[in-house]
Amino acid sequence: MHKPKAPIDYNNAVITIKGLEKSFDDYHVLRGIDLELFQGENLVVLGRSGTGKSVLIKIIAGLLQADSGSIEVLGQYINKISDHELQQLRIRMGFSFQNSALYDSMTVRKNLEFPLVRNRKGITRKEIDDAVESVLDAVGLSQTINQMPSELSGGQRKRIGIARTLILNPEIMLYDEPTAGLDPITCIEINELINEVQQKYKTSSIIITHDLTCAKQTGDRIAMLLDGQFQRQGTFDEVFDTIDERVKPFFDYNFIK
Amino acid sequence: MDTEISTPIQFKKKAPKPKGRITTFFISLYDIHKFILRFFKEAFVPPFEFKEIVRQCYEVGVRSFTLISLTGFIVGLIFTKQSRPSLGQFGATSWLPSLVSIAIMRALAPLVTALIAAGKVGSSIGAELGSMRVTEQIDAMEVSGTKPFKFLVCTRVLATTLTIPILATYTGFIAILGGYVNVATNEGTSYSTYMQQVFDPLTFIDFTASLIKSIVFGFTIGIVGSYQGYNSTKGTEGVGKAANGAVVTAMFLIFIEEIVIVQITSWFR
Repeated sequence: MHKPKAPIDYNNAVITIKGLEKSFDDYHVLRGIDLELFQGENLVVLGRSGTGKSVLIKIIAGLLQADSGSIEVLGQYINKISDHELQQLRIRMGFSFQNSALYDSMTVRKNLEFPLVRNRKGITRKEIDDAVESVLDAVGLSQTINQMPSELSGGQRKRIGIARTLILNPEIMLYDEPTAGLDPITCIEINELINEVQQKYKTSSIIITHDLTCAKQTGDRIAMLLDGQFQRQGTFDEVFDTIDERVKPFFDYNFIK
Repeated sequence: MDTEISTPIQFKKKAPKPKGRITTFFISLYDIHKFILRFFKEAFVPPFEFKEIVRQCYEVGVRSFTLISLTGFIVGLIFTKQSRPSLGQFGATSWLPSLVSIAIMRALAPLVTALIAAGKVGSSIGAELGSMRVTEQIDAMEVSGTKPFKFLVCTRVLATTLTIPILATYTGFIAILGGYVNVATNEGTSYSTYMQQVFDPLTFIDFTASLIKSIVFGFTIGIVGSYQGYNSTKGTEGVGKAANGAVVTAMFLIFIEEIVIVQITSWFR
């Protein structure tokens, strides 16, 4: 499958991380992470379960605090800004959760309206309806507008979760295991959606996954997280063109030869 | 490919040192203290969530209304019925309305309402917020630029604090009506006479103490339920624990508060 390409501005890093460390009790998860995400780029972070991939993007979104290191997002150091500034910065980032995290008590429409109503003061009813229709159309689920999250399939929930983040027109998208728990066909559809989002909304994205198909289809660059650090970075082929015994099995298991 | 599968280096995951019960108790106390302070810091600072507060008030009221009506009526009826023989021994059954009103307004109405609300509303708040926490819905609110503490916690705590006093007052009147059914059946006392006898012994302090008690109970139910749910961990097991913890802790605190407030009000009589 051909991945549509969006222009990447390698002179403009939207996220810059230096020397990031994070521990939970005595478990040292991240051990000096250095990372740059460029404007318009899809960066895939690969790694085994429990290696701290999700922790990394939760730190970027300000949901977890780093022990040390600097995290610059869209020109602001997230560990140095006020709560209000962090809240404003988060509006410019979209976070797609592993389990979609849709609000159970609200319909799809209310789920999508929620961030919009709360962050755009004075927005009219028509503008809200137009925005909801636009993002639902973007994820191809206009017919689900009045359904409850419990009535949706896993793939639909993922799409609505992505739509909810898109409604605020984010500059950065953070995807936490976007294809986890989905069948292969739906996985491909989600991968295509991630690429479409990058094209249509001009986003820069970090995609956390251990699914190599997802990595190959969506990633402009792959970063392999091993032993708490990025051991290998580059294109898909560059990362897996290795004799590193910690990297090769990952490839072998995903693509049965 | 013949490459043998190697296991990446796994860092040692040392189990955290077990904390003693006393240490855990003081840590919890500190956390609750911080949680309450955060409530006061965020609840009374704009923007206010009026719409959500009204919705939560409605939820709290509706959730408990039927059970409170039934319980209030039965409490009044049974209390009057059980008190009758004792007063009858002294030929003082005419004092029943006064006895019923004092017992109900001073103690039973706020307490019964609070205990029922702790079970119905407290557990529901704990389970709802706990479920939202473990399914990352609270995180989702946070990353979408909403303050979940203000939207979820402050609104619920304010709703219970405002609604429980109204429910307690309602319970009081329903219980007095229950007492009337018994009195009217046995003595044939008219409604107006009964009501006059009910309100005669009540003082301003009785109403004030009852109101203050209900406000404190309402706050306790809301804050405990929210604390348990908002800080829930460990998946579905955590949700169950949050709901259970919300009820048990709230009931325990309500009894303590009852003793303290009764003691304080007795100084003013």
